[in-house]
Amino acid sequence: MTAVPVVEARDLRRHYPVGGGAFGRRRILKAVDGASFTLDAGRTLAVVGESGCGKSTLARMVTMIEPPTSGELVIDGTPVATADREARRRLRRSVQIVFQDPYGSLNPRQKIETILAEPLLINTAMTAAERREAVAAMMRRVGLRPELARRYPHMFSGGQRQRIAVARALMLEPRLVVLDEPVSALDLSIQAQVLNLLEDLQTELGLAYLFISHDLSVVRYIADEIMVMYLGRPVEQGPREALFAEPLHPYTRALLAATPVADPRRRRRGGRAELRGETPSPIDPPAGCAFHPRCPLADARCRRERPHPLPRGERRVACHAVEEGRSR
Amino acid sequence: MARAPETLDRPAEDALGPEPPGPFREFWHDYRQNRGAVAGLVFLLLLVAVALLADLVAPHAPDVQYRDAFLTPPVWQEGGSWRFPLGTDATGRDILSRIIFGSRYSLSIGFLVIVLSLLGGITIGLFAGFFRGWIDTLVMRLMDVLIAIPGLLLALVVVAIMGPGLFNAMFAIAIVYLPHFVRLTRAATLAELSRDYVTGSRVAGAGLARLMFVTVLPNCMPPLIVQATLSFSTAVLDMAALGFLGMGAQPPTPEWGTMLADAREFILRAWWVVTFPGMAILFTVLAINLVGDGLRDVLDPKLKRS
Repeated sequence: MTAVPVVEARDLRRHYPVGGGAFGRRRILKAVDGASFTLDAGRTLAVVGESGCGKSTLARMVTMIEPPTSGELVIDGTPVATADREARRRLRRSVQIVFQDPYGSLNPRQKIETILAEPLLINTAMTAAERREAVAAMMRRVGLRPELARRYPHMFSGGQRQRIAVARALMLEPRLVVLDEPVSALDLSIQAQVLNLLEDLQTELGLAYLFISHDLSVVRYIADEIMVMYLGRPVEQGPREALFAEPLHPYTRALLAATPVADPRRRRRGGRAELRGETPSPIDPPAGCAFHPRCPLADARCRRERPHPLPRGERRVACHAVEEGRSR
Repeated sequence: MARAPETLDRPAEDALGPEPPGPFREFWHDYRQNRGAVAGLVFLLLLVAVALLADLVAPHAPDVQYRDAFLTPPVWQEGGSWRFPLGTDATGRDILSRIIFGSRYSLSIGFLVIVLSLLGGITIGLFAGFFRGWIDTLVMRLMDVLIAIPGLLLALVVVAIMGPGLFNAMFAIAIVYLPHFVRLTRAATLAELSRDYVTGSRVAGAGLARLMFVTVLPNCMPPLIVQATLSFSTAVLDMAALGFLGMGAQPPTPEWGTMLADAREFILRAWWVVTFPGMAILFTVLAINLVGDGLRDVLDPKLKRS
């Protein structure tokens, strides 16, 4: 692969002030609190976690919709924070996003043709005829007949719309596509079609995917690397095979245990407790390790001291129990 | 999702490139369902035709005084004649002709008032919605102040400052309606801004002007169109009221409200002088309201999501 990774994130944080106003105390919501990863061309990094764990905020930061509160984001070798206008423009073109809801992500008043041509109209000097040509080519590429481009979004099914959303994201030939739960809103059979399409496009175009999901069976299918997040922090990061074969962090284990396995011959590693309790509020996270109130392995140190991600083989795990070897 | 009507019309997916029903045809198909709205539209089109062809249609000039025919009753009453089908007023002018020429004023007043306040409202509302913060607060509180003052009173104040006259009165009424359009636009803008397609456009590199007018505005239009139609009729009414109070069109302009004002001393002696301009206002406003209701049924996103 290329020497320079497509994205490099170092200790990204995004904090929101909440409350305040006339009465309430102003507090800080730490939506993402220290995420680091690198992603090479042609690879897929899946970000997994429950709702509210900061997955979507991470997606919005990488897409440059929101600036990080602190931390460094390097896209294609260019640091985003210090990039000038021109470089920013170029960077914007190289990162595109596909949203979860295919009903809200296409402008209902525009024809597919217009929607797909818009990025070209804004960013390139192509003529109308060239743009039409490019739109037709992209429609074919995502498996839709080009004639359909004259229609409005409401005339399409969810799966077709998601194909269109993917097509729009690819119009500018980006290097990185952020997929924010791209198949969660689709039927199971359609999910498979869209996932296959995404895989084919990745091989063809050498795209890097940042794949946000809460669905582990989807992640298992598409990811090369996985980052598990809990309350804004990555708790475990590593290659898919290793992570699925032997999850180290107790939260990862609980997540895997909660995923239904469709194969009756494969037995799960037994004796694992399911998750109890609710996700704590990210405004007021527990002291020490944020996971300790729900963790079967928590001890006094976990309640006091926050674990940092430490390398363990090809992986990074943030857990005192793993570090001390109490996790067996 | 309530999109059954569209799915019915949808051409077969596997047919080779059939043109889908255009947005206009689809619109007309839905609009036709409302009989009252169609009737209102027909009446309104007739009125527009009459206004445009006033010179050909009207039997007399609007400001010619026939000194042999003061207060002639309409044709079906004793003493009336076909020369003046709806009678004449106190200075011997043909009422039918004045109503016909008056439709020009009433329609163009309504139209201009709406265009003025729609343009202003859309611009201000979009800016308030996009920038939020103190601009938003300032603009919206200002609009609240305008809304708090009764419409006619506000219009009177503006006319009192600028002086009576047709254009000043239109401007005054446009200011009265401005806050409604600002509020509607802002609310719709805020709702649309949170949707993913706006973010998508932004990620594709769309600038502020493009986001405002190409991406967001078309999606805010349905409620605005409905509000504009409904305000059209109130604008005609308000203009008549200002004319009645002597603050709008000045005599001898055959504006409907001014005609009413001129005739109020004869209301007991010669009912037709007041009644016919009054009925002209009534039916026009009724027709416009019917059209507005029809448009709302078709366009309101809460009743039908496109």
